[in-house]
Amino acid sequence: MATISIKGVQKSYGTFTALHGIDLEIADQEFLVLLGASGCGKTTLLRIVAGLNSPSRGSVKIGGNEVTHLPPRSRGISMVFQNYAVFPHLTVFENIAFGLRMQKLEKAEVERRVRRCAGLMHIEGLLERYSGQLSGGQRQRVAVARALAMEPSVLLMDEPLSNLDALLRLEMRAELKSVLQESRTTTVYVTHDQVEAMSLADRIAVMHGGHIVQVATPIEVYRNPATRFVGGFIGSPPMNFLPAEAVEGGWQVAGKRYEGPRADGLEFGIRPEDLEPAEAGFAGEVRVIEPLGAHQLVTMNVAGQLFRAVLDSDRRVSLGETLTLAPRPDRVRWFDTASGLAVAA
Amino acid sequence: MSAVTETEAAAFVPADARRAGRMLNAAIIILLCVWVLLPIYLVLVNALSDPQTVTGWPKHFVPTFDLGSLSFFISYAGVLKALGNSVVVAVLTMVLSLGFGAPAGYALARFDFPGKGVFRLLVLMTRAFPLPLLALPLAVMFIRTGLDDSLFGLALVHTTLALPFSVLITASLFSGIPFELEEAAWTLGCTRLQAVRKVVLPLALPGIAASGVFAFVTSWNEVFAAAVLTIRNRTLTAFLIQSLDVSPLPLKFAGAAVLVLPALIFLFAVRKYLFSLWGIANR
Ligand SMILES: Nc1ncnc2c1ncn2[C@@H]1O[C@H](COP(=O)(O)OP(=O)(O)OP(=O)(O)O)[C@@H](O)[C@H]1O
Ligand SMILES: [Mg+2]
Repeated sequence: MATISIKGVQKSYGTFTALHGIDLEIADQEFLVLLGASGCGKTTLLRIVAGLNSPSRGSVKIGGNEVTHLPPRSRGISMVFQNYAVFPHLTVFENIAFGLRMQKLEKAEVERRVRRCAGLMHIEGLLERYSGQLSGGQRQRVAVARALAMEPSVLLMDEPLSNLDALLRLEMRAELKSVLQESRTTTVYVTHDQVEAMSLADRIAVMHGGHIVQVATPIEVYRNPATRFVGGFIGSPPMNFLPAEAVEGGWQVAGKRYEGPRADGLEFGIRPEDLEPAEAGFAGEVRVIEPLGAHQLVTMNVAGQLFRAVLDSDRRVSLGETLTLAPRPDRVRWFDTASGLAVAA
Repeated sequence: MSAVTETEAAAFVPADARRAGRMLNAAIIILLCVWVLLPIYLVLVNALSDPQTVTGWPKHFVPTFDLGSLSFFISYAGVLKALGNSVVVAVLTMVLSLGFGAPAGYALARFDFPGKGVFRLLVLMTRAFPLPLLALPLAVMFIRTGLDDSLFGLALVHTTLALPFSVLITASLFSGIPFELEEAAWTLGCTRLQAVRKVVLPLALPGIAASGVFAFVTSWNEVFAAAVLTIRNRTLTAFLIQSLDVSPLPLKFAGAAVLVLPALIFLFAVRKYLFSLWGIANR
């Protein structure tokens, strides 16, 4: 149980700067997800918290203690690696017991903790096996059990589910969530999968190009993206953007006038599911129709831009038809054209 | 996973083509075995036969199980001592070349340091000078430092012969072990050294054993430096070259057998590690 405080952390590799002055406060028992596209610096940041990399500048505190220059073993953390890093020369039991033996715990206590964590991850039956005799999903469970057995104050996970197939990932996600809710360990979880981030996180920190662009609850990140990038990165399909033109008392978007904030240049943003068929609104020719079961994803051409809408599948839509959709007024978002930052309406 | 796809793929190959492939495979294996085993077999047959059979005609391929040559050889003055010297020098060589080679190999595998490529090259360069070229200056230096005619001195020379391979073999071994495993050990409470001891060494053991055997055999077989640098403390090879030159054929076979056997036995003892079952893989 511990807070994590990251202050001004910067990391450079030669002339390349992987992290630009990261500031992040993580509360005790919080589940924070670092979300971002490949190469944005998630792993680098996580490894700096773990003590596997050292920052070029800045400091890291765990539980109020300065740990910036401490080795991983002195930080009270444990980590689940992307490739699991299960020791191939040890049995599952010895893998889970590894850290406990390093702490020189009593035999009975080691046994008790190993059995408990194996039970949590449903691998009691595999304790005598070697990692070569396990499936990817089972190895993943061993890695998590090994980390949990340490009873760390902070648990760090780097894309632990990314090597699993879709179904197993779904199952493991739910299981991880319930186990971690129970253990109430402060957790930092790295992923580039937004669904995973949404479903697990107390808060999501969205990273982009070595910056943290937004830290907020999943629903807040989804509803009120702090930048145009976040709106376009989160949500599947992502937010629609249309250029806006300043006119008397508002903004002209695709031929229609909307009230909007005052600014030099704005872009109009709306999520595809926040559009409804209406008499007046954005008119566009239907280009692609993708039935998704409960919904259908309709791609249109509005004012020369690709524009997506998620509509009820009962509604009949035909190719080439001109559809008119109105945005839900409370869901309209505005972004500064120059900076990409959200502008409050 | 790959095994499955292989069997599936094999199912589409015609049966006789597969049989031909298997037979070719078997033929190659048999050829290689004969290549390696036949000389050893002949040496052993002749060492275990009585002198008349060895020198006589026709040649025999079944030993007469006469220990005369061997027992004469063993009781020959100085042989046992030379044998003991050889073992001591070979073990020292093994310990020294692993003791220096494995850490150097680890450094090559895990750290980026200026001059790494040059270092790698220099390690091999030590083998570019023929030993005879080095032996005389070495002998002079050994006499000055008092290392001449000592087993330790000879082991040092043998170590310089074996070390480059120890360094390069262990370097490739260590770089084959995922660094992530070490990092995982650090996060589980290990210091850097503990992580190496508890994770890297056990995984590298088969290869390290092989590299140790290699160093042992390098020293065991080495003749030139042994002959030049020792006088009273002859190793077996040096002793043999000096005394058996003038000995009858049966004794030469006995000497050869005594030279070959320890290497064979040693390899046999570590075969478990050489054909180790666990794969060094992260997944
Ligand atoms: N040792 C290194 N030397 C040079 N550049 C590095 C090094 N490690 C990482 N980088 C660079 O730093 C950036 C961030 O890397 P990082 O591994 O943190 O990305 P990531 O967000 O974890 O990506 P992914 O989702 O693909 O794992 C990348 O552009 C990468 O090329
Ligand atoms: Mg990464």
